[in-house]
Amino acid sequence: MSDKIDIKEFVPRAGETKPLYRSADFDHDVDPARDDFNEGLTLPDINTEPMYVNIGPTHPATHGTFRIYAKLDGETVEKAGVDIGYLHRGFEKIVETKQYGQVIPYTDRLNYCSGLTNNVAYCKAMERMMGLEVTPRTIAIRVIIMEIQRIMDHMICCGAAIVDIGALTNFWYFFNAREKLNDCLEALTGARLTYSYTRIGGLAWDLPAGWRDSLKAALKDVPPAIADVRGLVQKNRIFQDRTRGVGMINTEDAISYGWTGPCLRATGADLDLRKVRPYYGYETLDFDIPVGANGDAYDRVMVRIAEMEESLKIIRQMIDRVPDGPINVDDKRVTLPEKHKVHTSMESLINHFKLVIEGVQPPAGRIYDATETPNGELGFYIISDGSGHPYRIKVRPPCFYLMNTLKFLVEGGMVADIVAVLSGLNIIAGELDR
Amino acid sequence: MTTPSNDTERHDALVADIRSRFGDRLLDVDRSFGDCALIVDRAAVHDVLAYLKNERRFNLLMDIVGVDCMDLATYRERFELSYNLYSVPDDLRVRVEIAVPELEMDVPTATDLWKSANWAEREAFEMFGFNFVGHPCQKRLLTHHEFKGHPLRKDYPIMGGQWCTSTSDLMDELKESN
Repeated sequence: MSDKIDIKEFVPRAGETKPLYRSADFDHDVDPARDDFNEGLTLPDINTEPMYVNIGPTHPATHGTFRIYAKLDGETVEKAGVDIGYLHRGFEKIVETKQYGQVIPYTDRLNYCSGLTNNVAYCKAMERMMGLEVTPRTIAIRVIIMEIQRIMDHMICCGAAIVDIGALTNFWYFFNAREKLNDCLEALTGARLTYSYTRIGGLAWDLPAGWRDSLKAALKDVPPAIADVRGLVQKNRIFQDRTRGVGMINTEDAISYGWTGPCLRATGADLDLRKVRPYYGYETLDFDIPVGANGDAYDRVMVRIAEMEESLKIIRQMIDRVPDGPINVDDKRVTLPEKHKVHTSMESLINHFKLVIEGVQPPAGRIYDATETPNGELGFYIISDGSGHPYRIKVRPPCFYLMNTLKFLVEGGMVADIVAVLSGLNIIAGELDR
Repeated sequence: MTTPSNDTERHDALVADIRSRFGDRLLDVDRSFGDCALIVDRAAVHDVLAYLKNERRFNLLMDIVGVDCMDLATYRERFELSYNLYSVPDDLRVRVEIAVPELEMDVPTATDLWKSANWAEREAFEMFGFNFVGHPCQKRLLTHHEFKGHPLRKDYPIMGGQWCTSTSDLMDELKESN
């Protein structure tokens, strides 16, 4: 019958420059009201039996090794199961055999996108346990490096979150600026990923000459990168369609699930330890806490981008206020004596020997100390029995509880939304699995 | 970090409140380093947690920490479980600690109070062997499902790696009702 749709109509004939297929052509040629409209177009194989799909553990969009097992009905996720632990290295077991100072390099490997923040968080807990007041210069440097790491961590998270839903350019805009910041940290610490820069009671070494000027130059690239990404993404129809209303959660549920950090603030709660329980003089700094409204994937990316600007404000205030003075506390329990004294004085030699062989020995007891890291609250629960080895260190990683929530965020949504939700949560397998 | 001075007073008030309400089921209080830990009777832990959550607004369960105390100089029982709570409206932290004997490791689940307890209890289960009664899906989380033993116990060897090969289908999680 000539009324039937012939697919050949939509295939361009030789010599014609007809566009491949347009729905307008389709509507124009065929009247959907006709009875035989769907004849020949329905595919008899489509049914609604559940299909089980395994995503990961080496899927490129998971940004780490974990596995999502999804029960699909068509493209809708009916149920999802999450399997983690592929990167479990036994952090908490191995640190029980180390000295307290030797734990610092292991903390680098928790959230490896912001290793310096983990260094500071661990040392802050140890210093509170030992009753040490770090010097003003160390505090200023620590605030600066923590905020640099917050910017860099958010750049990775936002860049990857946006690239996962198809916008690759933003990733490079962020990574150009991030590269300059990483060069600064390389000049400071000698490493680009596993910094191990802090020490209990201070820092490994002081700022190199001219470092603050090179940091100021590197920071100049950050606002244009943020502006470029915002211009491409914030009002972008495709981005909004993919992320608005996707993976939504309200504040009450988020708190019940143990959320902290930017993901909780995206729901509208303004919980930030730098404001509610300031440490390191954050109360004297002028910065705001960006919060979202809906708690969806869009808000989680936008809150992070806004936080980068606030971190810039903090660094700009601190960078010229770094006071002169020593970087390590003057305390024999934690700080090695100067090298020339080790060679000339018996007390210093003994002190050096005991610190190296026995390590730092905090008083017996238990402490929980929390720090606002880029992902949320990173807590160290440390039990000391008075010896030189930690009896137990429990890490409270922020993204452990975000990942606990993932299956409830994606169930009922489309399978493509798993990627959009997952990347906005910023799950880092290093601190998730420890 | 300096602890705000009114933390001590608020912890005092909280401890007095718990003591008046639970009496001798509050066994001890640990106030070292400015933190506040309530050491309570194991049978009363769910009541204390429910009271803290519902009446004292401790709405954020930060962590559940298992401890193997066998090498400590003083301890009540071999194991210990520490609930790390935070009150977002009041900005106050408190820990609830219970002693758990080695031969009877049943602990009531806290998943009915906080949803974050789900994975936290699974981790405490696999690392130490606590049995959380009422947990919806108590199985291994960070270690492989074929893994034998509880690696964070002090008598588990530090080099005790195991060779696990098969992949688990996650069908039990797909059936999970919550």
